Amino acid sequence: MAEPRPVLEMAGIVKEFPGVRALSDVDFRLFPGEIHALMGENGAGKSTLIKVLTGVHPLDGGTITLDGRSVRITSPLQAQQAGISTVYQEVNLCPNLSVAENIFIGREPTRMGRIQWKQLRRQAAELVERLGLDIDVGAPLSSYPLAVQQLVAIVRSLGTGTSTGGGEGPGTKVLILDEPTSSLDRDEVLQLFALMRRLKDEGVAILFVSHFLDQIYEVCDRMTVLRNGTLVGEHMVRDLDQVGLVQLMLGKAMGQLDELHDQQLHSHAGETLVRAEGLGRTGGIAPFDLEIRKGEVIGLAGLLGSGRTELARLLFGADQPDSGKVSIEGRQVSMSAPNDAIGAGVAFCSENRKSEGLVPDLTVRENIILALQASRGWTRPIPVAQRDELVAKYIKALDIRPANPEARVGQLSGGNQQKVLLARWLITQPKLLILDEPTRGIDIGAKAEIQKLVVSLSEDGMSVLYIAAELEEVLRLSHTIGVLRDRRLVAQIPNGPEITTTRILETIASGEHQ
Amino acid sequence: MTTAPATTAPVTPTSRWRALTRHHLFWPVAVLVLLLLVNVPFTPDFFSIRMADGHLYGSLVSIVLFGSPLILVAVGMTLVIATGGIDLSVGAVVAITGALACSYISDQSDQGALSGVLLAMGLGLLAAVVCGLWNGFLVARMGIQPIIATLIIMVAGRGVAQLITDGQIITINSEPYKLIGGGYWLTLPFSIFVVAAVVVVTVGLTRRTALGLLVEAVGGNAEASRLVGIRSRRIKIMVYMFCALCAGIAGLMISSNTSAADGNNAGLWIELDAILAVVIGGTSLLGGRFSVGGTVVGALVIQTLTTTIYTIGVPTQTNLVFKAAVVIAVCLMQSPKFRAKVFGARFGSRGSATPAAAPADSAAATEAAPKMEVS
Amino acid sequence: MSATTKSPTASDSRTASGSRTPSKAARLLGDRRLPVAVTALLFLLMYLGGLTRYQNFGFTEPQVFLNLFIDNGYLLVAAVGVTFVILSGGIDLSVGSVIGFTTMFTAWLVERQGLPLLVVIPMALAVGAFGGFLMGYVIHNFEIQPFIVTLAGLFLFRGLCLVISKESISISDSSVSSMAERQVSLGIGFLSLGAIISLVVLAVAFYVLHYTRFGRRVYAVGGNEQSALLMGLPQGGTKIAVYTVSGFCSALAGLLFTLYIQSGDPLHATGMELDAIAAVVIGGTLLTGGSGYVLGTLFGVLVLGLIKSLIQFEGTLSSWWTKIATGVLLCAFILIQRFMTTRRKT
Repeated sequence: MAEPRPVLEMAGIVKEFPGVRALSDVDFRLFPGEIHALMGENGAGKSTLIKVLTGVHPLDGGTITLDGRSVRITSPLQAQQAGISTVYQEVNLCPNLSVAENIFIGREPTRMGRIQWKQLRRQAAELVERLGLDIDVGAPLSSYPLAVQQLVAIVRSLGTGTSTGGGEGPGTKVLILDEPTSSLDRDEVLQLFALMRRLKDEGVAILFVSHFLDQIYEVCDRMTVLRNGTLVGEHMVRDLDQVGLVQLMLGKAMGQLDELHDQQLHSHAGETLVRAEGLGRTGGIAPFDLEIRKGEVIGLAGLLGSGRTELARLLFGADQPDSGKVSIEGRQVSMSAPNDAIGAGVAFCSENRKSEGLVPDLTVRENIILALQASRGWTRPIPVAQRDELVAKYIKALDIRPANPEARVGQLSGGNQQKVLLARWLITQPKLLILDEPTRGIDIGAKAEIQKLVVSLSEDGMSVLYIAAELEEVLRLSHTIGVLRDRRLVAQIPNGPEITTTRILETIASGEHQ
Repeated sequence: MTTAPATTAPVTPTSRWRALTRHHLFWPVAVLVLLLLVNVPFTPDFFSIRMADGHLYGSLVSIVLFGSPLILVAVGMTLVIATGGIDLSVGAVVAITGALACSYISDQSDQGALSGVLLAMGLGLLAAVVCGLWNGFLVARMGIQPIIATLIIMVAGRGVAQLITDGQIITINSEPYKLIGGGYWLTLPFSIFVVAAVVVVTVGLTRRTALGLLVEAVGGNAEASRLVGIRSRRIKIMVYMFCALCAGIAGLMISSNTSAADGNNAGLWIELDAILAVVIGGTSLLGGRFSVGGTVVGALVIQTLTTTIYTIGVPTQTNLVFKAAVVIAVCLMQSPKFRAKVFGARFGSRGSATPAAAPADSAAATEAAPKMEVS
Repeated sequence: MSATTKSPTASDSRTASGSRTPSKAARLLGDRRLPVAVTALLFLLMYLGGLTRYQNFGFTEPQVFLNLFIDNGYLLVAAVGVTFVILSGGIDLSVGSVIGFTTMFTAWLVERQGLPLLVVIPMALAVGAFGGFLMGYVIHNFEIQPFIVTLAGLFLFRGLCLVISKESISISDSSVSSMAERQVSLGIGFLSLGAIISLVVLAVAFYVLHYTRFGRRVYAVGGNEQSALLMGLPQGGTKIAVYTVSGFCSALAGLLFTLYIQSGDPLHATGMELDAIAAVVIGGTLLTGGSGYVLGTLFGVLVLGLIKSLIQFEGTLSSWWTKIATGVLLCAFILIQRFMTTRRKT
């Protein structure tokens, strides 16, 4: 009787999708007043477990006990009414409604069925203020950037659980945060953590999912590790170090990443491939100069929203610049559309694999040849034999699984989808490859493979512009590090033994490099 | 992430049957065959084709003959739908083309002159292509939703057609013009050759070149297509022009068949029938994968339905009710949710009984699926 | 997202989120009420144009203005129903057919079956609402596109018209004609019962959309359906309800149309769904859903009605110019909307 009674207990949970067992016999418990991390690689079953708990997916087996009572949760609404609130990775709000409405919709204060708008706005404003946010609750949500929208989503999920929240719910007993930090910058993360700790003190049980190990160790008390849909173990965070955790998650020892550590230390001196002068776009990134040499890896470091992606998009013509010019191999390129950049040998893998990268309905083969085919135009199809050979070659080289060119790309895992995108561009033999967060949301094994690939491409003379949220990743791979802050390229630092994460962080914080 | 060992399913009659039922043309063809068979008890000689005056006659021939305009419009519509669009204006384009061609011919002193007829047809098709260009311009250049962009010509186009005909029904008497819609060649209705030519050209254009792939990519993910350098605007404009051209040819065929141009009623509701044909043919209204063959079968299903209603003696006015029933039936059969609900466990177990190529990776895919819907 | 500068230090972060409030000018341009104002202004200008051009032909009579409501009351009711559907991100093509069916159904029951009008009215409304409910049910439960389901509805109801009778049925029932002729004097002129009912429907719709949870759910579902589901809103019920409302409004519009034209005809109101959709779009509602006002729909209907009366006053213009003018207006408004939404996004 040392432990208090768990507020939530899931036992023997089974969930099957056609042909796949996503969860088999998983136990999970959550105590009041704790922050509990749910860990696992992609495909481990984290999201499925959460969706089962929140009633998005029906349960195929097992029991859920909430507050000692057995419950059957069949819809998100029911979960919410039972005191389980969720904030998902994507902002699941209605951009067309005001902030206040987004916080309260579904539980607006009403009198005789009539919505009390004044009361609603006042309550929303109070709630937002209490959480230390300065947001005009009357403005439409779409007028705020994604990070603020995310905070609003969290405010909404708390709406029922706080004294000022109003509403008829029993109060939030369980708060599920499914990768809420992936679109927040450091300050916003701190703000969120402060909030999480306060709620924890109030006795709320928080289920926290994040890909950032440091965040887990910073804020969580206990963790449950899943692998391939099965329970690996439940541990107190203080009892398990990072290496141990990763080993549990992977089911194998680390070491793959370390090989890369010492490889890219000296800045690269080759001929200039790309030269951007005064390139900029209002609301995107301030005019910048950038030179990329042949075979050079340039890593971009900066906070989320610092202009990393915007810089990359300008170099690819995905957004139109309103100032400056770009020349590639000495020839000026107009950069008014991606075609111009592609014609000049630039390739771009977007950070949004699903919305800006893949065509999920098409096969692996079709997705791979798409860029090459687009550059040839519709009148000149790639001969079948050549096409099949190219596709087979890259499926093998990048170890895309399943190795079936006829498989629908939408059914592949994140890592394999990323490889398909890489193959798509490698097949065009670009001179400059822009990779915007190629390792985001994919498992550690695929991560290492992609990083190795970048190194070998660079050795073969291809230039790479590499964007990653993790500074270590940027440091490990880059010859030169471009630092961004407030949508400005503030420094370009040649990599070397003396360059550390701390140095880069200082540059980001101060905005200058000494 | 490890791949489950791919177990090769033994080739049994059931697995062959399963492969057959999974073919994208299976259901449309099954429906068509079923509909044709329904006729047999009522008209025993339904499948017989006889020769008279050097022309072939028979129910099958007339189904294709009367279905020709619909097939044409539906084939064009398929490509538009594949790009994620829709073209509501085809009915109006049919009317405009017919009106323009007929009013030009009726102004000629010699209505039978081949040059005049050819010019009239050229004029009509040109007008159609211009309509398509306008639709394409609104959709691709201005970025307006296709359903709205094409609504404009759908509404205004009939007005324009009536303007051309001055609100009258223009009748003409021109032998060469009569050929496309009502004439015979090599014992068969000439329109069948026109349809065959258009279908062959369309399939060739899309599958022999890379056009089909690019169209499917644009329809499957527009932004991704832009970022791989597909000139999707150009492709969309082309596709709308092609669709309008098909509608134009159909317009010539309809007005030629009746030797008259009716701005008000020519091609009325054909856009809905055409969309229906595309859907029956298995092309998703969301865009992406398309099947021209499926569309042709779909159009034939619709035409057969009309014929069947006529032959089995159901009052013709219930045609629309039947059509509604077919729409619902086809859509329900295509809806995975409906199948899961109605055939429930049976379909479910069938699904899991064929994990031949289902790797463990799809666990991640299923997990990611709801997120995809969000974006 | 334009005004978004982020500060890297923790102390500034709160003010930073404050500075994300959009600028005033951007807000005005992004204001969702702007399209309604533009439509209202257009109506005013067209009306003033009519006043100056036809001032000697009786256009100055207030009754000309009131006739807009009388002659387009049924369209307004139908368009209000369509507004609900479009706000929720759907579309309803069955409107015209349901209207046509209701005229036939009513005429047939009253004339051929001899049922009293007071019994027939609720029956007609129930049938329309039930038809809408069925379409909504299929759309939601089987995840079939609204476009195709309501297309089936279009075929079904038009077919049912023809099943009732291929011929038009004129209504000579005295209760119908007395109801049709009932007028409400306003001092400067009069309104018919149909016009009054349509305005009441408009007012109710406004209240429902802005002051009830259901109304806000309609906007939420139209804004982002998946989000609405994950926010715990009964998104399926909302969708079904929206189509039920549209079916009900179409049936009511059909009744008003029956009063207006005093007959049932299988071809009545053919293509009226286009007019209704056009009115909604001209009224500033985005076809993607989630943004728009039912008041805008009123102005949309008035603008379409005014085009018809201007063409009547012009005298030399033929009826097909109405279609062309509607098309041109539709085009203009679509382009304006397009321009404004791009401004809002950047």
